[in-house]
Amino acid sequence: MDENLLITMRDISKSFPGVKALDHAQFTLRKGEIHALMGENGAGKSTLIKVLTGVYSLDAGEIHVAGFDGPIINHSTLEAQEKGIATVYQEVNLCPNLTVAENLFIGREPKTKLGTIDWRTMNKRAKEIMDGLEINIDVTIALENYSLAIQQMIAIARAVDMDCKVLILDEPTSSLDDNEVEKLFKVMRDLKAKGVGIIFVTHFLEQVYAVCDTITVLRNGEFAGEYTVEEMPRVKLVAAMLGKDFDDLASIKKEGAGHVSDEVVVDGKGLSHKGTIKPFDFEIRKGEVVGITGLLGSGRSEMVRCIYGADKAQTGTLKFKGNELNIKEPLDAIKAGMGYLPDDRKADGCIGDLSVRENIILALQARNGMFKKIPISKQNEIADKFIDMLQIKTASRETPINQLSGGNQQKVILARWLCTHPDFLILDEPTRGIDIGTKTEFQKLALKFAEEEGMSIVFISSEIEEMLRTCTRMYVMRDGAQVGEISGEMTQESVMSAIAGGV
Amino acid sequence: MKTKKKLDTNTVLIIITICLFIFMYAVGCVIYQDKGFGNFQTFLNVLINNAGLICVTCGMTCVMLTGGIDISVGSVIAMDCMLLVFGMTEWHMGAVPMVILVLVIGLIFGAVQGFLVGYLEIQPFIVTMAGMFFGRGMTAVICSGQISITEADNPLFYSWANAKINLPAFLGKVNKHGKVVVPYMRPTVVIAIVVLILIFLMLKYTKFGRNLYAVGGNQTSATMMGLNVKKTRMLSHILSSFLCSIGGILYCLNTMSGSVNQAKGLEMDAIASAVIGGTLLTGGVGNVIGSLFGVLINGTITVLVNTNGKLLSSWANIATAALLCIFIILQSVFALVKARRNK
Repeated sequence: MDENLLITMRDISKSFPGVKALDHAQFTLRKGEIHALMGENGAGKSTLIKVLTGVYSLDAGEIHVAGFDGPIINHSTLEAQEKGIATVYQEVNLCPNLTVAENLFIGREPKTKLGTIDWRTMNKRAKEIMDGLEINIDVTIALENYSLAIQQMIAIARAVDMDCKVLILDEPTSSLDDNEVEKLFKVMRDLKAKGVGIIFVTHFLEQVYAVCDTITVLRNGEFAGEYTVEEMPRVKLVAAMLGKDFDDLASIKKEGAGHVSDEVVVDGKGLSHKGTIKPFDFEIRKGEVVGITGLLGSGRSEMVRCIYGADKAQTGTLKFKGNELNIKEPLDAIKAGMGYLPDDRKADGCIGDLSVRENIILALQARNGMFKKIPISKQNEIADKFIDMLQIKTASRETPINQLSGGNQQKVILARWLCTHPDFLILDEPTRGIDIGTKTEFQKLALKFAEEEGMSIVFISSEIEEMLRTCTRMYVMRDGAQVGEISGEMTQESVMSAIAGGV
Repeated sequence: MKTKKKLDTNTVLIIITICLFIFMYAVGCVIYQDKGFGNFQTFLNVLINNAGLICVTCGMTCVMLTGGIDISVGSVIAMDCMLLVFGMTEWHMGAVPMVILVLVIGLIFGAVQGFLVGYLEIQPFIVTMAGMFFGRGMTAVICSGQISITEADNPLFYSWANAKINLPAFLGKVNKHGKVVVPYMRPTVVIAIVVLILIFLMLKYTKFGRNLYAVGGNQTSATMMGLNVKKTRMLSHILSSFLCSIGGILYCLNTMSGSVNQAKGLEMDAIASAVIGGTLLTGGVGNVIGSLFGVLINGTITVLVNTNGKLLSSWANIATAALLCIFIILQSVFALVKARRNK
């Protein structure tokens, strides 16, 4: 093995029932390298990492790790750790009931002479570690008292402190803000200087160009290529991930703007929910795609939750298709013909153990009522139609939804609402955490349904670019209040200045 | 970020339990003053009668911390008692070999249950339910009647059971005849307290102890952090069954008899005590100090009902039910408050 190599993975294959997750995948990591692992959702990034860290066993292929003769197989995370491979996963994998210090040190606690746990040293060192990251917290209280972002930083600190040769970061930045991402990058650069090899999985292209040296692209479980960052401009990278030339996204809107009719579908006046959103007006016409923009936490989601009845509106009136509507709970909204794709699909949307078909049929069944069961043949027909229409990648319509990748889960939830034929559909961050190819599909679908079915759609996204492509008009939110509305010729700059308060 | 030290809700729950115990006891002292409830010996008797239960509850707490449960303990105690008594009366075995035998059986019993739970990943409820039927069945196989052990059968065991540890006389009380009644404890109480302290230290200061909390907090995370979850769960059951065997020996020293129906429902007393003491059934939260007060509260309720004399003894069950209800509601309310605060 070459001196510089830390890990080589050759011809790795791994199958799950009905899905070939990895097919002769390759991966190489060198000393002092930050290596981005890229690919669409379902391309096999997470699987490759889980095979390396011993969470999954591999069907075929060889893994070599520096310092070990011959191919190795990790049977558990513990074995991987012992070989110097530390991992931070996208979901925080810490114990909420233990203290911050314990979470940093469990499994390798400092001991006193008697062999008991040395709490004092442990707390002191934990404090030092967190101070080193400029996070000033009490390390002696339970982890559950802290926000997700802090928890994620603690998970990172744990991995970094383990004296590893290889650090794997599997989408660790999804819950971090810019400031925390910067801190993480600093840690990564420090480790790189020490010769640690880092595998970095992320969806954010900017982050790849900010810290990474090398990029390996996976596509449908296969190795698509390894490149240095310099030789790989963004467009080429996206093309490599998709395996085709990048759609010219800018052109997908504009032409469709003509189909908006004058009929007002939703007309809300002075709606508000105490503590979350101040009174706002909202209007959308048939076939229109409207955006709600603003910083995270500015009240974007709260606004639609208030319309939909997830948070009951306490003031104001809501007219739906010309009739006054009193929404007490989401079921009223569903019955009237609204649909809501929530931003947290894990908590609010997917029911993991149910099949794709059952997940699709859920909202339709809820609207029809418990006792009017939809015949199974009809269910199959609907499910097949949407699996085909949305190109959901699934082994069959009876596959449990939690076996699907994130983007495909999101498509299933979209199908759930589409099959109720809503007049008004709310898409709250429909593309978060999914890859760029699927994002484009989502944007196209939103426009298609607005145009062909006359659906009125609210589109919420943190990415302004994406909203510019889909929306003809945007409401601007700031600090829980509606502060404006923009339409006409919108550019990235005009939207950003509206958010910032320069209108 | 706040650096101010806040009392976390789990500590609050334990404090509530301790306060409740003190309050209940104080009320008992006032109402039943004439019946001698305020006598220090009454408190000691609660300890003497529940020494076995304290050991069992310590083990139960450890299993519950991992998110598991052990409902086999009641029938294991019955089996232990029967074996001890039968061994010493019919087989004429010595007290020491019989005690060692019972402890070894406890370890084996726990190892089997622990293997099924930890490595074959079968629901602990089902596994220990099988253990429960097995234990009760084995008791009847050894002897289907009720047998007692007397001084003639085994003088050594008899002397253990009747040994008194006298406490300083000033804690005592002067009786009607003007004589000072010196309060006493039994060796069983000492053993139970030692077990309690050891388990307390183990949970706080050993790797295994913290692993129990980690496994109960989030099993997936514990695996991902490189802890051996399977082994931890197996060991928790071995510990529970072993402590249960110690509890069985203490129980036998207290009753000096064995019967098929002995200690029926004791597993539920242990679970109730742990829950009243702040242990969550979902795992990850709890402490043996809380469990001790859970046992004491249970014991005090029984004494209160007995001291009254007119009440049916079943009222003790109803009081326990009410308490359990209150504590479970408190736990949920605290969890809700916490969830809201984090939002």
